[in-house]
Amino acid sequence: MAQATATSITESKAWGGGRSPFNVSYGKMMMWFFLMSDAFTFGALLISYGTTRFFSAVWPDANQVFKSFPFMGETNLPLLFVSLMTFILIMSSVTMVLAVHAGHYGDRKNVIKWMLWTIIGGIGFLSCQAWEWTHLHSEGGWWGSFTDPSTPVSAFAHFFNHHKESVMAALPAHGMQATHDFFNYFFTITGFHGGHVFSGVVFNILVLVNTVNGVYQRRGHYEMVEKIGLYWHFVDLVWVFVFTCFYLL
Amino acid sequence: MSNEAIIHGPEVAHGNAAEHQGHEHHEQHFIWKYIFSQDHKIISRQFLVTGIFWAIVGAFFSLIFRLQLGFPDSTFPWMESILGEWAKGGKLSPEFYYALITMHGTILVFFVLTAGLSGTFANLLIPLQIGARDMASPFLNMLSYWFFFASSVFMFISLFVQTGPAAGGWTTYPPLSALKEASLGSGVGMDLWLIGMALFVISSLLGGLNYISTVLNMRTKGMTMTRLPLTIWALFFTAVLGVLSFPVLFSGFVLLIFDRNFGTSFYLSEIFINGRALPHIGGSAILYQHLFWFLGHPEVYIIMLPGMGMASEIIAVNSRKPIFGYLAMVISLISITLLAFLVWAHHMFVTGMSPFLGSIFVLLTLLIAVPSAVKVFNWLTTIWKGNLRFTPAMLFALGFVSLFISGGLTGIFLGNSALDIHLHDTYFVVAHFHIVMGVSAFFGMFAGIYHWFPKMFGRFMNNTLGYIHFFITIAGAYLIFWPMHYEGIAGMPRRYYDYSAWESFKQFQSLNAFISVIAAIVFFTQFIFVINFFVSIWRGRRLTNPNPWGATTLEWTTPIHPGHGNWEGEIPEVYRWAYDYKDDGHGGDFIPQTVPLREGEEDH
Repeated sequence: MAQATATSITESKAWGGGRSPFNVSYGKMMMWFFLMSDAFTFGALLISYGTTRFFSAVWPDANQVFKSFPFMGETNLPLLFVSLMTFILIMSSVTMVLAVHAGHYGDRKNVIKWMLWTIIGGIGFLSCQAWEWTHLHSEGGWWGSFTDPSTPVSAFAHFFNHHKESVMAALPAHGMQATHDFFNYFFTITGFHGGHVFSGVVFNILVLVNTVNGVYQRRGHYEMVEKIGLYWHFVDLVWVFVFTCFYLL
Repeated sequence: MSNEAIIHGPEVAHGNAAEHQGHEHHEQHFIWKYIFSQDHKIISRQFLVTGIFWAIVGAFFSLIFRLQLGFPDSTFPWMESILGEWAKGGKLSPEFYYALITMHGTILVFFVLTAGLSGTFANLLIPLQIGARDMASPFLNMLSYWFFFASSVFMFISLFVQTGPAAGGWTTYPPLSALKEASLGSGVGMDLWLIGMALFVISSLLGGLNYISTVLNMRTKGMTMTRLPLTIWALFFTAVLGVLSFPVLFSGFVLLIFDRNFGTSFYLSEIFINGRALPHIGGSAILYQHLFWFLGHPEVYIIMLPGMGMASEIIAVNSRKPIFGYLAMVISLISITLLAFLVWAHHMFVTGMSPFLGSIFVLLTLLIAVPSAVKVFNWLTTIWKGNLRFTPAMLFALGFVSLFISGGLTGIFLGNSALDIHLHDTYFVVAHFHIVMGVSAFFGMFAGIYHWFPKMFGRFMNNTLGYIHFFITIAGAYLIFWPMHYEGIAGMPRRYYDYSAWESFKQFQSLNAFISVIAAIVFFTQFIFVINFFVSIWRGRRLTNPNPWGATTLEWTTPIHPGHGNWEGEIPEVYRWAYDYKDDGHGGDFIPQTVPLREGEEDH
């Protein structure tokens, strides 16, 4: 009973006005709500993708579509390149954590160092994506590709799992449409995600410039690094879902 | 470095930092004070005036197409002088008829009743009623208006392109919206529509984030959540709805843009135009409907909630009674917000959806009747035995309740998937949503404008004109939309160009003409309001008492013309809830929130 009273008093203080109930600044709260909003955007896109795929008789096999690696020619290396991309992006999240951590101690030098690594990681990821897009484009995949009814099955059969009889049997009737849908969603969703990474890199660069110029030191705190960090981690988290949906499932 | 330093950083208009603000801003240049202003009160006026402009445009469109519907055999030569090619010989062209109903819907739903309504009142009331110097981020707040302005510009330009504005209905369903060659408005008009709406989503997002974090973070000392006026609760949930539902619409638009411009088939299946097969395979037009209505239904509540909040406040103030069931009001707002996200498919009962799934959506839809009824009964109980003061604002608030009941009841019909087989896409639907979210929300908005005009401009609006405006509008609203129910039950479909061509609907010819005449009268009556509004800004009776309505809330504790920063000196502290309309011990009938509890008095 006494305990309950005590908690209710502290609660009423937290929500009593004149202070932030969650003990965060308005900027961080806005960032959290923005991320929720953005999660709904990606959620809607991924659910659209999911329903389309669910209603398809066949679907391209990620192990067949994503089996190339730069400079490795025709070697069969399924999902190796995307693993590298994912690793780079996750590592950039780690460096971002370190930048935020350095910011907590007002350690400008280390904030600069880790922000720089984060930016490099982001650019690295985008470059990988650029290579992958170019590669898929060279294989005929693009927005609006594979719609011509006279396309021979051999033009898209290599995107599917050859070892399954049922898949191969369904290809003449449904293969082209599945390939068409697959690439439409792939380029739209990874493009939308890539756009987020790109804007994240731009914001990171702005924050880095401000850090170098000592703006945050004068302000007395590095909260801006934290806020952009939230965005960066969110973009990473979205990639985990995009990665799962397109490469693993 | 303490967390406090971050939370109350130097930029935050809170406490000491803002104390000199009221003076600092006196020397501001006109451009920064009135155009690119960061003061929430100016931004709210910008939203309001832009909203009034759009309301006139949108209502004028309805006037034109009502003339076509009411008098399909007549010609109106003056129309040709305004619309040119679109009304050759004074007869509205079928293509432009569709463009007009599309733009009428788009303008009124988004530009007037979303941006114009919550943009105005969230900006005006949130800082003033919670006791804050300004919004959490005045800069983003300014951007929110200017994104809305840019979106308005695109939408306005689309009215003047040669092929006309978007013409696929305000929901812009594909394939009509996705194929540029499908109709005249599907080309440039649709592109401009999409650009305008994308900008609109950004504006709504920036505004919504600001409203949410301001309500949570910036309340003055003592302003607990349960002491907030119901307006703030309502505007808060409006913002939550917007922040979580508009992004889904945005995703829908992204896919639509790719279908339009990059040959994808998200929404398009095999289609032939003029015997030529289009390069699209296997898409689903229903997918767009799901994405659209995931916004579209919460959007209805984005439109309704501000009116609900303001009606609650205005009814309590003018009944001189505490609002009945404050907590029930808050809980019903919460349940409406939650349910709003779970009912979108009741707009799609006849799309071939599984009847079992449909029955779940029926259940969830009918559940909304519970919180809605709670609110209605609480409003009625609040005025029960009150000392009613029939100010124009109060009349409009009561009109809001009346229309909400009438329109809400027909919602129960439409929420049933079995009845919907007969009623979908008929005038019954048109009547339902115009009463419940069109006119009703407008009444909430009018109530708010009449009530808070003295706060906005330091003057009153003219009462007599307000009464004329009210009585003609409410009578007109029922005369226009009540008969439409009968037409709808008789199966008359919406969006047709000329009903006289159908044997089954010929009988409604005189009824349609009647509706059109009333619509014209109501349209011109609104100019009484517009004139009253603009003339009163400069010529209205001056406010002498800073609290003209005897209200308890904080906005009336500011000076009559509050500067940027709202209060001179300290922000007042709050000691009681917003609805202490009771004996104050000195012969008065209300106790402002800033008065400490008396000896022996309990918190509500």
